[in-house]
Amino acid sequence: MTLIAREPVIVTEQLCKRYIGADFLAVDHLDLAVEAGEIFGLLGPNGAGKTTTAGMLTTRVVPTSGRARVAGVDVLAHPALAKQFLGVVSQSNTLDRQLTVWENLYFHGRLFGIGAAPSRSRADELLERFQLTKWAHASVYALSGGMAQRVMVARSIFHRPAVLFMDEPTAGLDPQSRLALWQILQDLNAEGQTILLSTHYMEEADQLCGRVAIMDHGRILALDTPENLKRSTGVDTIVTLKATGDLDVLSKNLLERVAGATHARLIDQGVELHVAGAEQLLARVITEAEASGSRVQDLSVAEPSLETVFINLTGKELRD
Amino acid sequence: MSHGTHAIDTRHARSTLAASRSALGALLLRDVTVLRKDVKLFVLRTVIQPFLLCFVFLFVFPKIGQSVGAGSGQSAFATVLVAGVVGISIMFQGVQSVALQMSQEFGFTREIEDRVQAPCPIWLVALEKVISGAIQGMVSAAIVLPIAALVHARGVHANIHVHWLVMLTLVPLACVAMGSLGLVLGTSFEPRNIGLMFGFIILPITFLGGTYYQWDRLAPVKIGSWHWLQTVVLVNPLLYVNEGMRAAFTNVAHIHLYVVYPVLVAFCAGFLSLGLRNFRRRVLS
Repeated sequence: MTLIAREPVIVTEQLCKRYIGADFLAVDHLDLAVEAGEIFGLLGPNGAGKTTTAGMLTTRVVPTSGRARVAGVDVLAHPALAKQFLGVVSQSNTLDRQLTVWENLYFHGRLFGIGAAPSRSRADELLERFQLTKWAHASVYALSGGMAQRVMVARSIFHRPAVLFMDEPTAGLDPQSRLALWQILQDLNAEGQTILLSTHYMEEADQLCGRVAIMDHGRILALDTPENLKRSTGVDTIVTLKATGDLDVLSKNLLERVAGATHARLIDQGVELHVAGAEQLLARVITEAEASGSRVQDLSVAEPSLETVFINLTGKELRD
Repeated sequence: MSHGTHAIDTRHARSTLAASRSALGALLLRDVTVLRKDVKLFVLRTVIQPFLLCFVFLFVFPKIGQSVGAGSGQSAFATVLVAGVVGISIMFQGVQSVALQMSQEFGFTREIEDRVQAPCPIWLVALEKVISGAIQGMVSAAIVLPIAALVHARGVHANIHVHWLVMLTLVPLACVAMGSLGLVLGTSFEPRNIGLMFGFIILPITFLGGTYYQWDRLAPVKIGSWHWLQTVVLVNPLLYVNEGMRAAFTNVAHIHLYVVYPVLVAFCAGFLSLGLRNFRRRVLS
């Protein structure tokens, strides 16, 4: 067996974007390498630079400095060539309203230089695969949000792109459609499709992505598998306490007196406590809460999430 | 790694030229498909304005004894108007098929975001709209001419003399110029401001574009010795289209072709470069 050193499918070197009129970098010296076959997540709040990053990689946003290559093609120097290897699903519905569902797929194939007959059969095949066959000749206007999203995914992979870019793909979808889309993405990935996903849903990044880059203010704060990221917080339990009384005092006392507490913060009508390796934790929390003059109304424990990681890194919540 | 159908080998990339050529073909094919779907609507929207113009000016006016055109009579006016009707149809086709479409796709449906992911330079996506609009303009010119020649009261007769060489060169040129105007308008106006576009751009262009009169007939409108109206309307691209149509379809006086051709070429170049620049700005950030 010969080993061939191959370049990662996405490479950025010191990639920067400053929008005209802005006094800050939307993307700040980004170095990224995404391997073929990954589902790679960009996770961060709105304005973190995820969409700008994806925009530069898909040739829509012109970098201020730095370099980016997708499938080995310099996207800045050869945008038209690079587009042969890109599949893009944007946040909004960009389906051609004057064409049917089937025609949307067919003409996408033709647009990418696929002949009439193969385009026809691939359109049929993709509609079948995404359970849209009975909508083939329907107007795009007849589709629900979830179905339109599925058509857009089908369209984006029609020409077998090297990388599929998805920008907040499940924003605005109902929970059922979101799960269906996650399944679709996992199936595509199982067949080898590389996917770059930008999202501010931590569950989405956690569920789907092999590796996640946590972004804020245009920079990557941490990059690893979801498991490792969560482990890196050193926290193994998140205690959420709903209580009455002076929550400032409660939060301070819990942090000082509960063994293993690493972080406490006020939430709506209560306190969230991050704890590492504590025993008899709940009894201890309740005792301390009552000693602080608070009355505990509800108590729950959870494992740390990527949200915890984000809070640990930035001190703020993802969905600010 | 067994990546099956998804194995990507960028060495098998098509050249950008080849990819652009097939993308252009596909974009045009898409437009033809859409047009074929509502061909009735296309014909109707193409025919309605010329029909109404001819009906009112060439049928109703003579019937009710309302006179237009000084001295030389209804038939002379009909001859002037028929060419103007073809010109105005070409302009409206440019506005309809390029400006309105593009404004929608930019602002409302955001389809353009997907269209520009086509494996070709983004200017080609905009240029295709102009080409497509120009072709539709030529089709409408072909539909409109017979209507304009046929709808009139008894005794009113448009004297049509086709100058083939002029027609075969000037009609396409006018169509491209008006399609390019459509590109400028479509990339400049948000869908919610389309009313403004009609009010402040389309209407003045239409009424001051020599549709109903020949340019040299404007000479009497003057302040002192300055033929101000004749001068002002020279900035109007439709004027050259209409005067050119007079040269192509009639024997009446018109602005000299040595002026019409270069000015229309200049409008094409100006509108295209402005329109493509706007397009690029709207698409890229």
